[in-house]
Amino acid sequence: MSELSAGNGTPRVGVYVCHCGTNISATIDVVAAQQAAETLPGVVISREYKYMCSDPGQEIIKKDIHDLDLNRVVVASCSPCLHEETFRKAVADGGLNPYYFQMVNIREHAAWVHKDMAAATAKANDLIRAAVRRVRLHQPLEARRVPVDPNVMVVGGGIAGIHAALTMADAGKHVYLVEREPSIGGHMAMFDKTFPTLDCAACILTPKMTRVRAHPNIETMTMSEVTAVDGFVGNYTVTVRHNPRFIIEDACVGCLECIDACVFRNGKTQDEFNLGLSKRKPIYIPFPQAVPQVVLIDPAGCIEFRTGKCKKTCVEVCAERNAIDFQQEATTEDITVGAVIVATGFETFDATRLPRYGYGNLDGVYTALEVERLVNASGPTDGEIVLRNGRKPEAIGVIHCIGSRDKNTNEYCSRVCCMYSLKLSHLLKEKTDAEIYEFYIDMRTAGKGFEEFYNRVAEEGIHFIRGKVADVYPEAGNPDKLVLQAEDTLAGMVRQIPVDMVVLATGLEPRQDAEDVRRTFNITCSGGGFFMERHPKLAPVSTFTDGVFLAGACQGPKDIPDTVAQAGAAAAEALALIDAGFIELEPNTAFVVEENCSGCKTCVGLCPFNSISYADGKAQINEVLCKGCGTCVAACPSGAIRQNLFDDDEIFEEIAGVLTNA
Amino acid sequence: MLEVTEDRGAAPEEFEPTIAAFFCNWCTYLAADLAGTSRMKYAPNARVIRVMCSGRIDPQFVFDAFAKGADGVLIGGCHPGDCHYQEGNYKALRRYRLTKRVLDALGVEPERFRLEWISAAEADRLRDVMNEMAAQIKALGPADFSVPDETFPGTDPGLDATAEEAVVS
Amino acid sequence: MTDKPKVAFYWCASCGGCEEAVVDLAEKLLDVVEAIDIVFWPVALDTKRADVEAMEDGSILATFVNGAVRTTEQEEMVHMLRRKSQLLLAFGACAHLGGIPGLANQSDRDTIFDVVYRRSPSTVNPDGVVPQTQTTVNGYKLPLPGFYDTVRTVGQVTDIDYVVPGCPPTPGIIAGAVNTLLGGDLPPRGTVLAPDVALCDECDRKTTKPETVSLTEWKRPHLVDVDEELCLLAQGLVCLGPATRAGCGAQCVGANMPCTGCFGPTSRVRDGGGKALAAIASLVGSDEPDEIDHILDGIPDPVGTFFRYSLPASLLRRAPIGSRNNTPTATTERSE
Repeated sequence: MSELSAGNGTPRVGVYVCHCGTNISATIDVVAAQQAAETLPGVVISREYKYMCSDPGQEIIKKDIHDLDLNRVVVASCSPCLHEETFRKAVADGGLNPYYFQMVNIREHAAWVHKDMAAATAKANDLIRAAVRRVRLHQPLEARRVPVDPNVMVVGGGIAGIHAALTMADAGKHVYLVEREPSIGGHMAMFDKTFPTLDCAACILTPKMTRVRAHPNIETMTMSEVTAVDGFVGNYTVTVRHNPRFIIEDACVGCLECIDACVFRNGKTQDEFNLGLSKRKPIYIPFPQAVPQVVLIDPAGCIEFRTGKCKKTCVEVCAERNAIDFQQEATTEDITVGAVIVATGFETFDATRLPRYGYGNLDGVYTALEVERLVNASGPTDGEIVLRNGRKPEAIGVIHCIGSRDKNTNEYCSRVCCMYSLKLSHLLKEKTDAEIYEFYIDMRTAGKGFEEFYNRVAEEGIHFIRGKVADVYPEAGNPDKLVLQAEDTLAGMVRQIPVDMVVLATGLEPRQDAEDVRRTFNITCSGGGFFMERHPKLAPVSTFTDGVFLAGACQGPKDIPDTVAQAGAAAAEALALIDAGFIELEPNTAFVVEENCSGCKTCVGLCPFNSISYADGKAQINEVLCKGCGTCVAACPSGAIRQNLFDDDEIFEEIAGVLTNA
Repeated sequence: MLEVTEDRGAAPEEFEPTIAAFFCNWCTYLAADLAGTSRMKYAPNARVIRVMCSGRIDPQFVFDAFAKGADGVLIGGCHPGDCHYQEGNYKALRRYRLTKRVLDALGVEPERFRLEWISAAEADRLRDVMNEMAAQIKALGPADFSVPDETFPGTDPGLDATAEEAVVS
Repeated sequence: MTDKPKVAFYWCASCGGCEEAVVDLAEKLLDVVEAIDIVFWPVALDTKRADVEAMEDGSILATFVNGAVRTTEQEEMVHMLRRKSQLLLAFGACAHLGGIPGLANQSDRDTIFDVVYRRSPSTVNPDGVVPQTQTTVNGYKLPLPGFYDTVRTVGQVTDIDYVVPGCPPTPGIIAGAVNTLLGGDLPPRGTVLAPDVALCDECDRKTTKPETVSLTEWKRPHLVDVDEELCLLAQGLVCLGPATRAGCGAQCVGANMPCTGCFGPTSRVRDGGGKALAAIASLVGSDEPDEIDHILDGIPDPVGTFFRYSLPASLLRRAPIGSRNNTPTATTERSE
């Protein structure tokens, strides 16, 4: 065995410089780097090879460990974020402690970002030298194993959360499904038909919602929000606040008689589910298929809450069940889980930010989501297309890319709007036979069956005009008609088309509180403000916080098929984590060398994880709680705290290594 | 966006600064990775040393880097509020401000020592900072903390006499 | 000629306090003097340089050198005493770390001469004469010591065996050092002869220090009614105890003055000033850059505070020569 404990014998370092095909070797003279490495102190062998991460590449390392009695290995290739694990495993398979390994990033940090070969090679040489100097001080460490809590939490009860929850529940896991709204279902519950099949959204969604409600392994918590997350992968403690609906959930059977009985004859409050297109009473159920089938009371609208002097006919009518509780208060509870899937969804772009389209000003202008409610049979107009002025439209304009593909609002494409615009055009045509004009920049219909859907809709006589609408204004002398002015770029002229109804294809945005939510879960946001995945191609459902996964539109605009696919993927990865039973934590913890500690307490208050305690005149670090940030190590004024893998001496060696030629 | 300062056929003696860059693993290091995957191009002057958190940066590292010949030192961490370890970047900020005062008092130009908050998605920011810092420090010239060897006229042998002789005679 | 072990003392750029520290041994001094033969001690005895030159190499058992190395004469003497001595000890903060004279490394010779010999308000020097390295006496050209740009520690000039730290070393430390040397079981070469933990370890106020100290203001000692029992850091005073070696008995703290770090850092620290500033920065009670700066304004001279004794021994050692601080015009103008 070539395993050498620290201080036993001299370091014998093997250095491996990877070509990565031509990814590295096109810009870095890998042979020169290999030769330069040969001359470094402690280096016994230095090689260059086309693909170090491949099986043969790894075999080279294992063979050299055995044949040349290596006790340290340095690989200069890509980012450690990609292959540090790979090479550590190869080193371990070769019989050496995996932490006797150091990786050098000469691809992402050098070959791919510089043009001059001499400069890039000089940089690579410096980085390799630093790693060789550093690795000589590495210690044989053991990864810490921590058991994993078998329960999981899904935050967000839209189609993504529902699918993820069902998948994991079917696998036998206890799932906590946390939803902020009074019912699960999310945005999909608001749609009428879904593209490209024109499946009725409720028909395909409600069975899943019912399964969720009935599933023995799913604990659904509506009216609930996550307020804090503590702990680490495999051992999260999530604080959930349950907001009051003023109804005792177990007592309510969903008969809805309280709504009929309410002293309000007609609704006076804007109905949120119908986006303000209709009104509701203060006691209500968000939509007929709500899960749970329980009403709730809105204290802002309810007379009993506002004045204390209501007849409370609702309570009378519920005398048998006695489900109404005006005193109900918010409660919190702490829930321990091993993994969390964040599926908090999206918001639609606020069209008032683009005043030229007249939304909020001109009665005939609607957002796409509002139109979804209009065409929906259980919507504010029972599925009839009736405008705010009471008329039926004879001409309709659909404007694409509202708040998308625009430097002034959002640069990204929201991906679903072309398809849903076609869908809405089809539904509107079906219901009104109006002349429909779609104003588009490009038609993006890339999914399975999407192009065929486009062709079908085009054959229905919808007019397609390639051009952005510059202005929406009422026709002179005829306020019910709105003129859409756009440049028809294919015909090469400006057109002014009068319509009765304008549908704005608003884009998808992250939720307003995305920043707060991401801080709660300790994840980051990427460009556009959506939650950031670990890797855009190869790790689209995990985040850089182990144990926290993403599903659905909160990670980026996407349609229902992709959402469901991603939710399944997130569930699978969460299951893989839970079923492994334990997780291995990187052994980069800090520790106090007791005889060197003076008890100055500088470190104690610095640890955000409360890993440091003070007893008997000395500081102590709880290895299980320590996350390895190293703040206490830097702060200790007498150098009594050290850190595995990031010890002072190791970093000083790196500094010396990169600056040898400075 | 600044021009990439690359040594393409420039005179070999032309000064190219070396910048020691301490990047936190979760934000700035990933931004540099992203810049790489996106094939952005920037000046090759920095040498990255990876730490888990900007809070790990000991002022000794900064001083050591300058002492060993770095012409500039860059610390890259997560934006305030976004630290993977909650607060490490705030600690880095406080140490940075005080270390900067020391360097300032020693006459070190402020452009040589920088703390930048660069999130994992901000590859373009990383590129810009690398280019900007390289250009600025190149214009300033090398940072030189060396202690020169000194000889003094009049202290060499071959003088006329010893002190005693001079006084006595 | 005696058989007693030979001992020498020498002072370089020094205030004389380390010499007095030896005298401070008081009654013990007489015992010490009895036991050894002091062959060279410029402040107290009349032995000349030539006498030292004439000694055999290695014939002095131990030489205690205090003061920092600032001139060529001091350097020559240190080299000579190194040859003549078996053990060379850096005695006191100046020899160990550079000491107060080390703060001159923020400047350079020309600037210093210009200020001291020409522009300071109490100087009368109409011809603007500055120290030279050569002079003529009775027609003979004689050398004078050169004045280095950079102050160095004794350890940066030659190999030293041990360090007796402090400004000055306390009687307890000196006695301890002497006992160690005479004890026969010598510690590894280069050891600082004081405990290798920070001062808080022996400070009476340690138990009163809260686990979290978070300050929004630094106080100057003379403006505070100092609580006799509470940790000085907790009272907002800049006490460098956590970053300074123990061994002095925390005498300054006992006198209500915050520790200024004269014993230097522990052996695990490469730059004492850097660690001291890390410790102080950890106590700053704000996360906002502007507030942080405002709090740090309460330490107006960070180099003088954190590197008070240790600038030459620090990693940077000095301000870059020719930096913008070091031109004669850059220093504060004073009225003539």
